[in-house]
Amino acid sequence: MSKAIYALYDDDEIMVDGAKSILSKNLRIKDVYSPFPIHSLENVLGIKWTRLAITAFLYGLTALTLALIGMWFFMIEDWPMNIGGKPNDTLYQNLPAFIPITFEFTVLCAAHGMAITYMIRNRTFPGMAARNPHPRTTDDHFAIEISKDENSGVSEDEIRTILKETNPVEIFEK
Amino acid sequence: MQREAAIREPLILGNKTYHQITEDVCAPVEGKANKYWYIVFSISVMVALWGLGCILYTIGRGIGTWGLNTTVDWAWDITNFVWWVGIGHAGTLISAVLLLFRQKWRMAINRSAEAMTIFAVMMAALFPGIHMGRIWMAYWVFPLPNTFGSLWVNFNSPLLWDVFAISTYFSVSLVFWYIGLIPDFATIRDRAVKPVSKMAYSVLSFGWTGNAKAWIRFEEVSLVLAGLATPLVFSVHSIVSMDFATSVIPGWHTTIFPPYFVAGAIFSGFAMVQTLLLMVRKVLHLESYITIKHSEYMNIVIVITGSMVGVAYLSELFISWYSGVEYEAYAFLNRATGPYWWAYWSMMTCNVITPQLFWFKKVRTSLIVSFILSIFVNIGMWFERFVIIVTSLHRDYIPSSWSMFHPTFVDIGIFLGTIGIFFTLFLLFSRFFPVLALNELKSILKSSGDNYKNQH
Repeated sequence: MSKAIYALYDDDEIMVDGAKSILSKNLRIKDVYSPFPIHSLENVLGIKWTRLAITAFLYGLTALTLALIGMWFFMIEDWPMNIGGKPNDTLYQNLPAFIPITFEFTVLCAAHGMAITYMIRNRTFPGMAARNPHPRTTDDHFAIEISKDENSGVSEDEIRTILKETNPVEIFEK
Repeated sequence: MQREAAIREPLILGNKTYHQITEDVCAPVEGKANKYWYIVFSISVMVALWGLGCILYTIGRGIGTWGLNTTVDWAWDITNFVWWVGIGHAGTLISAVLLLFRQKWRMAINRSAEAMTIFAVMMAALFPGIHMGRIWMAYWVFPLPNTFGSLWVNFNSPLLWDVFAISTYFSVSLVFWYIGLIPDFATIRDRAVKPVSKMAYSVLSFGWTGNAKAWIRFEEVSLVLAGLATPLVFSVHSIVSMDFATSVIPGWHTTIFPPYFVAGAIFSGFAMVQTLLLMVRKVLHLESYITIKHSEYMNIVIVITGSMVGVAYLSELFISWYSGVEYEAYAFLNRATGPYWWAYWSMMTCNVITPQLFWFKKVRTSLIVSFILSIFVNIGMWFERFVIIVTSLHRDYIPSSWSMFHPTFVDIGIFLGTIGIFFTLFLLFSRFFPVLALNELKSILKSSGDNYKNQH
């Protein structure tokens, strides 16, 4: 893997301004590391919004269908149970009693499905090695990552000069 | 950068920087525990062990070791179950409902409230497990292909709804809590000096890097989980109440139960959060983050939900008379004036009367008074469940079978034991986990921090 140049900042606003000025000089930013979510950043960097919410909806829809099919099979098709004289011939007659479990199962699968997808997409699993460039980016520092490959038209000295103008506390290569 | 009206009180006091927040929150994890922690921890562990002993005794000998009889065949087990589930509700309310309403004050309390939820639901789930008698058959509650019989579980039964509700609630709360913890574990990992803790927090932090896209996903997942958990808060305790409401026992068979139980759950949960956090802020020196304003907000929730519970009690009394059903009317008359009058009036005093003191600003901004009143609510809400369960059962339709419930040492041991286990887990949490949501606190520092607010 080729090396990247990092500019480290001690304030989120200075970092966001820095990112804007770096981009205005036609330099491409590979990534930004921060200790907390910065809300104006996705617009500056032009990052597309995540589609995790859609996956949650799809998992939920699957679970809803499964729960209804399951309960239809257990309670109506396989072994119809007459409980307190409640109608058990058709799904729609018995549906009111099936609502709680349908709802719970939908939430269960939507939440867990989305959480697992989130873990896979973020590549966060037990035992994974941390990939943040500087230990203080999880404390109070913010790092902008410039890949040399992505900016092959610009020399390393020029990159460093552009970064230096944005008031970082440190510039380093890793 | 978002700015906030100057009239809003700051949520982070003192001259804090991002780094100072990290230092303050990591201090209990990185430092040594003081002697108070060891004293309370030792007591909790001893109580927990006594409780575990009683649980093992119950499993070995059967539930005949409890004070149940043929009339009162459900008593402390279900009382404790509902009490613990109710306590659990505040954590999810704080982390999910207040997130949807964009309430910034939740950020200092959500982590420990969620931890409390998880531990409380664990304690709750214990009771249905052991009250089955043969706990090794507990997996029969799940709809498994039945090689051991020819019936499926009954999907029309609220008891099965409860199985699904509690499992969903527990596992979703756990995931919600842990996803929030990952970035904070990464902070501790990157600061860790000792190799053992470095390795432990590396595993716990799942290799979190905190890049821009990860944070976008983090925020989206938190928001959607909050959206999913919000109806869950309301559904779980509604379903718990249906364990009673769908029966035909006078005193249980009431349509008011679901909203009344949900309000009661939030009420008791906030009281427990108040009890725990007022101790945590003192012991871990987090006074700058868990401020008097936070405690006041929680007291406001307590007085409102307490009043809702009060209205529910009075409606129940009115309806029992207005329904014209003799048995219904007697059930309520018996609660207030029968042999269990002391339980009923303890409940009324602790849940309806004393929380009304929070209407006075002096009372709700006093930490000592808040602490004492929160304990009253914890006690009152236990009595509420006891009153609903035992007083409805102990005098049934045949006066010759009327009886009283007398708890045995096993009943008492298991109840106290769960309190011991709960505090043991919470104390371990406060020692090894970041008790405040670091990343969320940092994101509100510039809009709600004391030093930043005064600059603008």
